[in-house]
Amino acid sequence: MQERIERLKEQFETELNKARTGEAAEALRISYLGKKGAVTELLKGLKDASNDQRKEIGLHVNQLKKYAETLIQQKVEEIKKAEIEKLVNSAEKYDVTLPSEDNVGSYTPITLVQRQLEEIFSSMGFTIEDFSEIVNDYQCFESLNIPEFHPARDTHDTYYLENGQVLKTHTSAAQNAIMRKYGPPLRAIFPGRCFRNESTDASHETTFFQMEGIMIDKDISISNLIYFMKKMLSEVFERDVKVRLRPGFFPFVEPGFELDINCLICGGDGCPSCKNSGWLELCPCGMIHPNVLKMAGIDPDEYTGFAFGLGLTRLAMMKYGVKDIRDFNSGNLKSLSQFKHE
Amino acid sequence: MLISMNWIQEFVDLSGLNQEELIQRFTLSTAEVEGIEYKGRELRDVVAGKILSVEKHPDSKKLHLLKVDAGNKIYDVVCGAPNVREGLIVPFVKEGGFAGGMDIKATKIAGYESFGMCCSEAELGISDGHGGLMELPEDTTVGTDITELYQIKDIVFEVDNKSLTNRPDLWGHYGIAREFSALTGRPLNPLVTADVHQYDSLEPVEVKVADTERCFRYCGMKVKNINEKTSPVNMRIRLFYCGTRAINLLADLTNYVMLETSQPTHAFDSRKVNSIEVKRFDKPFTFKTLDGVEREIDENTLMICNEKEPVAIAGIMGGLESEIEDDTDSLLLEAANFAPVGVRKSSSRLGLRTDASMRFEKTLDPEMTVDAIGRILKLLQEIDSGVEVSSRLTDVYANHYPEIELQFDKTFVDRYTGISISDKEIVKTLSALGFGVTLNNGAFDVKVPSWRSTKDVTMKADIIEEITRIYGYDNFDIQTTKTAIKPVRRSAANLCDNFAKDILVHNYHLHEVNSYIWYDSKKLKKLGIVPDQNVRLSNAMTPENEMIRSSMVPSLLTFVQENKGFAASFGIFEIGRVVQGLKEDKNCNERKKLGIVLFSKTEQEKDLFFRLREMLALLSSSIKHKNFSFEGTEAKYDWQHPMNTAKILSDEKEVGFLSVIHPVVQGSLDKKACIVCAEIDMDTFAEEVSAEEIRYQQPSKYPGIDIDLSLWVPEGIFFADMEKAWQDTDKELLKKVSLFDTFVDGGKKSVTLRFSFQSQSKTLTREEVQPQTDAILEKLAEHGMTLKGN
Repeated sequence: MQERIERLKEQFETELNKARTGEAAEALRISYLGKKGAVTELLKGLKDASNDQRKEIGLHVNQLKKYAETLIQQKVEEIKKAEIEKLVNSAEKYDVTLPSEDNVGSYTPITLVQRQLEEIFSSMGFTIEDFSEIVNDYQCFESLNIPEFHPARDTHDTYYLENGQVLKTHTSAAQNAIMRKYGPPLRAIFPGRCFRNESTDASHETTFFQMEGIMIDKDISISNLIYFMKKMLSEVFERDVKVRLRPGFFPFVEPGFELDINCLICGGDGCPSCKNSGWLELCPCGMIHPNVLKMAGIDPDEYTGFAFGLGLTRLAMMKYGVKDIRDFNSGNLKSLSQFKHE
Repeated sequence: MLISMNWIQEFVDLSGLNQEELIQRFTLSTAEVEGIEYKGRELRDVVAGKILSVEKHPDSKKLHLLKVDAGNKIYDVVCGAPNVREGLIVPFVKEGGFAGGMDIKATKIAGYESFGMCCSEAELGISDGHGGLMELPEDTTVGTDITELYQIKDIVFEVDNKSLTNRPDLWGHYGIAREFSALTGRPLNPLVTADVHQYDSLEPVEVKVADTERCFRYCGMKVKNINEKTSPVNMRIRLFYCGTRAINLLADLTNYVMLETSQPTHAFDSRKVNSIEVKRFDKPFTFKTLDGVEREIDENTLMICNEKEPVAIAGIMGGLESEIEDDTDSLLLEAANFAPVGVRKSSSRLGLRTDASMRFEKTLDPEMTVDAIGRILKLLQEIDSGVEVSSRLTDVYANHYPEIELQFDKTFVDRYTGISISDKEIVKTLSALGFGVTLNNGAFDVKVPSWRSTKDVTMKADIIEEITRIYGYDNFDIQTTKTAIKPVRRSAANLCDNFAKDILVHNYHLHEVNSYIWYDSKKLKKLGIVPDQNVRLSNAMTPENEMIRSSMVPSLLTFVQENKGFAASFGIFEIGRVVQGLKEDKNCNERKKLGIVLFSKTEQEKDLFFRLREMLALLSSSIKHKNFSFEGTEAKYDWQHPMNTAKILSDEKEVGFLSVIHPVVQGSLDKKACIVCAEIDMDTFAEEVSAEEIRYQQPSKYPGIDIDLSLWVPEGIFFADMEKAWQDTDKELLKKVSLFDTFVDGGKKSVTLRFSFQSQSKTLTREEVQPQTDAILEKLAEHGMTLKGN
């Protein structure tokens, strides 16, 4: 009997060695350990043996059964592993270094700069307003304390339309309407496209973008104006910028200022970009003229406010190093497609 | 405007101060300085040299050989100037010196050694004339440095005229000097004038002012027996440095006093002009101004007349007839004040802007007229002691300047500035600027001086500027506001624009562009597009660019044309403005539009068209959470394809169009490409189309059932026609209808539709949806669509 067990064990080992697939291993399990399998049969043959013999042989058969089970289990796992390995190894290795297509669209640089400013001002509690490009004389001039024949009109090079309206020469043209719409207190910015009827060159365009901002409340002061301008410009240029204010004349503010920033190109040492002054004129601003408040129905004795105008086109030129202002309206995708992301 | 620091220092002593720093402070406190020039600084070793002998050069007609005494040494010099003569004293550059933009070295000229150069005024940089050598007075000490003899060394700075628009007082050196006085705390010297009232016993000049609305003040005075013809050198240098060419003494004096006081004056030859009448004429006529140009004078132009004869255009330019000539020895001096708007209108109508008209436009101080005459007289008497005054000063002062007094307290100043400037500082600053200030128990009472009250300082806010600009904005303590920040919400329009841009750029790789608001009819013509009639610009630079656009698409098409080589396929878009005619109030009907144009050389037109439609659908479902509907329509513009143009609808409103570009335009743009376009009215889309809200529904637990129906579809039937067949079907059961398949079978069109049914409460069987499908089939049959295989 012992011999039969030994032979069966050897036979099993030989057959197991030959098994190459999961199916073969399974067949082996059935033929040895199944209900009618060889090992099971051995146990059946025990019924005639003595108690002691039964006990001893039973032990050996069970050992063989466990041994076979373990080996088959190992075999199955081995085969599975080999199959996975084969599957993995047979896969194609892709060339990740192949050139990839950079097919993305683009925004205009104005959109990018405008969004940045809108973000900054929104976070400071300013609403964003939209306004028409075609306005009437009252909006563009009269309501801004620029009556007919005021010398300040000279500097505007206004486009007139047949119906007497004008293409807005500055975003300030929206001031009166926005002040009327909301009344004080008020914080608003209004980006927009402006037009000047002048000859174009690398730094002059007939059509360009500005962004106006106003803040009106009780006790708004020059000190507040300087604070907001400085904060805003530091955010725009993402660093602490040096600014200076000097008197500037705009009929719709009093006092009026020109705000200069330290030249970004030379850092203030003087270069051709800043005409060797170290400063760049960036942003006219000032305390809103009492007449302008009055014309918008706001009592200047109760409320004060400041206004500023930023050249978005100019800012975009500075930010992205665009040398020729005409590139913006050129429609040339070789230029414009470079502005892919914010 | 050019300002000479030498001239300024005649009125305020700036000795010991750094002039560059002062000019810098002027920029920060008064007006923008555009540039600084250092005059005479480069001159080196230029002295008064006496020409001891003059010999003709043996081989040259023009050259002379000179011996020049430069004080310490006698130099051999070869000189080509025409006015060399023995005994003449001239500016002489010694060997090793510098003048006329060059180093003067010992050099051989036409075979002779030359060790220096005799100079003209141009070579000294004090004139642009070519009048030969500058002749110095006979009593000049030989060897004296030329810059010690005359005020050649100077610092001249240019002030941006634009920044002086509101400051009539700064159009002359005296006003600028007042600013320097306030900035430095140094006293301002009075303007030295002759006492014109000592001549009050003389005969008056006859002055009649017919138009007192246009002429506020007119002062006239006669002077005779003037023999001196040329202005002193220092006066000529100042004029030249300040951008005015010296002409003759009398013309120079009027210019000099204008640059000094900002008051323009005019000198008539009193042989030709004897009495004055200021008036307008009923009929137009021509008048020759002193620049020799015949000008059309209309009824609105104010004229200065001698008796009835016009002799000058008031405030703008004198006439040629009454001009000062070489032999003029008697004058009628005019110093007047004209209404700014009148001068401005006439000047722009005539296209003639002069130094005088520029100043009058700024609303000059009428109090300056008498001082200007007194100043001219004073200078004239200093230059020519023989001068006699031959009339009293006649002064017709019709319109006085407004006398303005302003009251405020320190609280007002503190509130406006946000900082605290002391009472003492306020009084000091305002006094230095010429304001009369009294301070009583914290209340300021300020009297505005005449030179600031014509329009510049009229209200309290104006005083704030005076105080703060001298205080210096750099010295401000800056702080944020005290008020609370309220949450802000972006407007629907703003969100809509930004969302649309993001979708088009990120999802569809389109490029955003900016184009002009007017049509470029020249470029459009090349594409075979004639701009539609719309409102025009009345002052366009070229007639090609005068028509305002009514659609974005033509502008975008010209860009597509110019970018043909950019890529085989690309798309551009812009959110911009168009005008669609005039509204009832005659104002432009301006609309904000999103224009999109796609161009492709690789895709089929139909695919491109449907890609654009998909873009629009995504735009709408992203922004408004619901799809657009589309409806074929007639072409509105001649660049649209008559067959494939569709309206875009939402909430039953027309929000735009989608269209294939007309084959003719497509052909002239690129024969091998196809182009499609769309336009959405962003005003309507953002403001008038409602956004679908999210209403959550629990997904059904029960499986649904798909019924596929294959139909024969007759010609001319669109999907929209089929849709009508299930519009009444219970939406609780019919969840979705999709187009499963379309094909043409033996010339007949066949369509397979998949109807997806699902119930919230049970598993549906084919039998249970049979009534629905039967009803649908019945309706389809009404339009000639029958089930295939039947």
